[in-house]
Amino acid sequence: MAHAYTPGLRVTERMRILKVRRLPLKGTVVVKKGDHVTAETVVARTELPGNVQPIKAASILGVHQQDLREFMLKKEGDAVGKDEIIATSKSFFGLFKSHCRAPAAGVVESISDVTGQVIIREPPIPVEVDAYIDGTVSEVMPQEGVVIEAEGAFLQGIFGVGGETIGILQMATSRPDEELTEAHFKPEHAGKVVVGGSLIRIPALRRAIEIGVRAVVVGGLDDQDLRALLGYDLGVAITGTETIGCTVVVTEGFGKMAMAHRTFDLLKSQEGMKVSVNGATQIRAGVMRPEIVIPTKEATAAEKAPVQSEGMTIGSPIRVIRMPWFGRLGTVASLPSELRELETEAKVRVLTVRFDGGEEATLPRANVEMIES
Amino acid sequence: MVVPAEKLKWILATDCGSTTTKAILIHKQGDTYRLVVRGEAPTTVEAPFEDVTRGVLNSIMEVEELAGRKILDGERIISPSTDTEGVDIYLSTSSAGGGLQMMVTGVVKSMTGESAERAALGAGAIVMDIIASNDGRLPHQKIRRIRDLRPDMILLSGGIDGGTKTHVVELAEIIAAADPKARLGAGYELPIIYAGNKDAREEIVARLGSKCALVVTDNIRPVMERENLMPARHEIHNQFMEHVMKHAPGYPKLMDWTAPNPIKPTPAAVGDMIQAVARREKIQVIGVDIGGATTDVFSYFQDVFVRTVSANLGMSYSISNVLAEAGLENILRWIPFTIEEGDLRNRIKNKMIRPTTIPQTLEELLVEQAISREALRLAFEQHKSLAVGLKGVQRERTISDTFDQTGSGGQLIDLRFLNLLVGSGGVLSHAPRRVQSALMMLDAFLPECITELAVDSIFMMPQLGVLADVNDKAATDVFVNDCLVRLGTSVAPIGTGKEGIRCLKATITMPDGKTEELDIPFGAMRLVPLEVGQTAEAVLDPSGAFDVGAGKGKSMKTTLKGGVVGVIFDCRGRQPFALPKDPQERIRKLVEWCGSLEVYPPEFNRSANRGAPAGAAAVPAGAGR
Repeated sequence: MAHAYTPGLRVTERMRILKVRRLPLKGTVVVKKGDHVTAETVVARTELPGNVQPIKAASILGVHQQDLREFMLKKEGDAVGKDEIIATSKSFFGLFKSHCRAPAAGVVESISDVTGQVIIREPPIPVEVDAYIDGTVSEVMPQEGVVIEAEGAFLQGIFGVGGETIGILQMATSRPDEELTEAHFKPEHAGKVVVGGSLIRIPALRRAIEIGVRAVVVGGLDDQDLRALLGYDLGVAITGTETIGCTVVVTEGFGKMAMAHRTFDLLKSQEGMKVSVNGATQIRAGVMRPEIVIPTKEATAAEKAPVQSEGMTIGSPIRVIRMPWFGRLGTVASLPSELRELETEAKVRVLTVRFDGGEEATLPRANVEMIES
Repeated sequence: MVVPAEKLKWILATDCGSTTTKAILIHKQGDTYRLVVRGEAPTTVEAPFEDVTRGVLNSIMEVEELAGRKILDGERIISPSTDTEGVDIYLSTSSAGGGLQMMVTGVVKSMTGESAERAALGAGAIVMDIIASNDGRLPHQKIRRIRDLRPDMILLSGGIDGGTKTHVVELAEIIAAADPKARLGAGYELPIIYAGNKDAREEIVARLGSKCALVVTDNIRPVMERENLMPARHEIHNQFMEHVMKHAPGYPKLMDWTAPNPIKPTPAAVGDMIQAVARREKIQVIGVDIGGATTDVFSYFQDVFVRTVSANLGMSYSISNVLAEAGLENILRWIPFTIEEGDLRNRIKNKMIRPTTIPQTLEELLVEQAISREALRLAFEQHKSLAVGLKGVQRERTISDTFDQTGSGGQLIDLRFLNLLVGSGGVLSHAPRRVQSALMMLDAFLPECITELAVDSIFMMPQLGVLADVNDKAATDVFVNDCLVRLGTSVAPIGTGKEGIRCLKATITMPDGKTEELDIPFGAMRLVPLEVGQTAEAVLDPSGAFDVGAGKGKSMKTTLKGGVVGVIFDCRGRQPFALPKDPQERIRKLVEWCGSLEVYPPEFNRSANRGAPAGAAAVPAGAGR
């Protein structure tokens, strides 16, 4: 087998970046094709249907469900205010009245003569979608959203928490194997995207949040600290909605791990630039990795060739992603087709890697990932 | 051209799992169908490929390479076959992209709610939530939940035929108010299957007909004493093909390739195979399929088939959730060496974020197999809670309505009567030594008395399950000859005592006529080799506090079946089974048991005796950049 399909993380200095900005429901696109936008520009708006409030009207009034409509003061589609009386019943020759009030302002959506239930729908909830990156509107999907296009650097992390944010990139450590500590965080980091080296622990994370750092990009994170940060044990890697006050992007994995030189050097070269960061990670059903987008200029026609992801071949740069050489970088030296026995006695497909230091090792193909540029 | 089922010579079948796509090639040799080769490739439902057929083609390319037979012409499967190339039929199952995710409703959670859950699970779905009139949530909370979950499909049930309509109509109103959207793609209406009180159909159609793709079928609980799950299950499969699959990346093309045969949800196919075995051999069976994202448990006890899925218990995507649900202590108790909590936590998370990696060192293998024991144990616990008789049934009932159902909520599973335990899924099917699979299953399921153990050799029950729909003989031939690996038999006396006291005396007459006598103390395990296909006559004589099936202290004669592992005598205790509390003592016992059964290579025993784990010299993560 000449190819092994092991998609890797992308770390590239320059590529065409396309970001689809889609509304959760149909609405209005407020920009047009060719418009230049900044990350903060609102590109589309919509209104989500409001929450619904069911009311057991028949039982409140003490009437039979089938007769409910006779007692309704409002009909389907009518607007109602909070605490407004929507139905009334009289009993004992009209001496006693029972009222049914709307628990919230909204519109009467339905009146059921089977269940005796009235449903009030609250006013719609406005939703806006911003551009997320500086760029140009390259496509408009009517009523749905837009595609923003830019040229720039693009880096994927392996895991993150927290959603989209924007800030100026600032390096906090001088080396990729240096731990990012409390002492590295200064008041001037407020509103910035701060890059560190091999590890960040919980006191430093708390300090970053306290200062108002928008995002932290770091090589490694201990699971115990992630648990302390979130307040719970993360069971499945679906993140991005956490409200912890700061987005965190981990580039290598869990534990103390020096950030790959290539990643660290690229971020360093972009220091001072405006970057867009998203910690959202989803490793199941539509894989999504956290990202750092650094638009430098808008795409030109000549540069619009899409980047194809190719399979692994001899010479492909790779990263080992499991013990015992976890984190080592090298190139594929050979791809033997026959199965080889591991220390575990399992027989698997392997490859030989030539590490950056020159030595070679044989390891399962499943335990490496390509470094894609 | 469609080749008639009885004339099939070459069969190709794939299973598109959440992590890996597995292809098998079957050939009719004489009168018997046999497996030729198996190939696999990463599933490509996700970015950057977002087309399931890429992974299918890659797995077929590996089959071509291994079999030396041309099957593909570009991206076309060559069919029908000739002497040198092509296949006569192509079939597939799928659980990629998270499988079929459903929400179900019922009026009373433990009655119609539970029936709806069983119907959906039996059809191969993951049940995201059960909305019931009495589930304790307020209507607006239910509406919010339905909106947030975005299932692939909803099964709306509730009420018995002729009973009150109010509650089930109220559930329909809640769904209508939530106006739920389908998970995959905004371009299609969410399928809702109504399988409740038939008298309420008109009201249900009035409330949901214009808002979703509503299908009406027979009530799953027409009377309190009987479930009628099959019509709802068939409808779930129809909707899975017509709506859900058509919107998953690459599936329209895959459906075209398998036509006219539908793509079956993987768990439904595995469940069909388990039921077929149980019925054919007239035995009580438990099957388990532990995957990357989910673990399915199937049981066939007292003629009732039950399937459950533990949606977030698995060995890759969901591995971290095993830690969260089982707790660190429970995982650590199976690891036969000392490991720091922080180290174990990081290893588990690293597997979660890079789910396709495999253990290279023995130490890593031991950690993964420890986690698998807890995933299996938890999944079995969840299964037992649903494998019960119908609730809400009165003891005195009409005989004609109740002939095939058990009493009110009683346990269906009794491990004393379990005949066969079948394991499937990567960690069990691909364990480097088969005895490792046997011990993982013993530790997790704790079978009692006499139980035969088996594994799916290379995890092909899904493909055989879908093949059985087309050609039952082909599926059975391959299942018997190539799929099921008989591991042997476990003998596990019920009872407990002090370590070292007499537990079981076994007198075994081997196939060559020789007699072996074993005297096994409490707390020990023994392995007696007995090959596949062989049997041995045994007299089992437990001491007073222990029971091997005939009663406490009562001797019994039995026939023990062999397998690639042999006969395992497990005198570690049942009801309860307990590991030593002291960490050093616990490790000593784990190492002793692994040594007794030769579970790991000799280096393990040597290094364990020196007090250091095998592979402990591994380079720390992230070193050497």
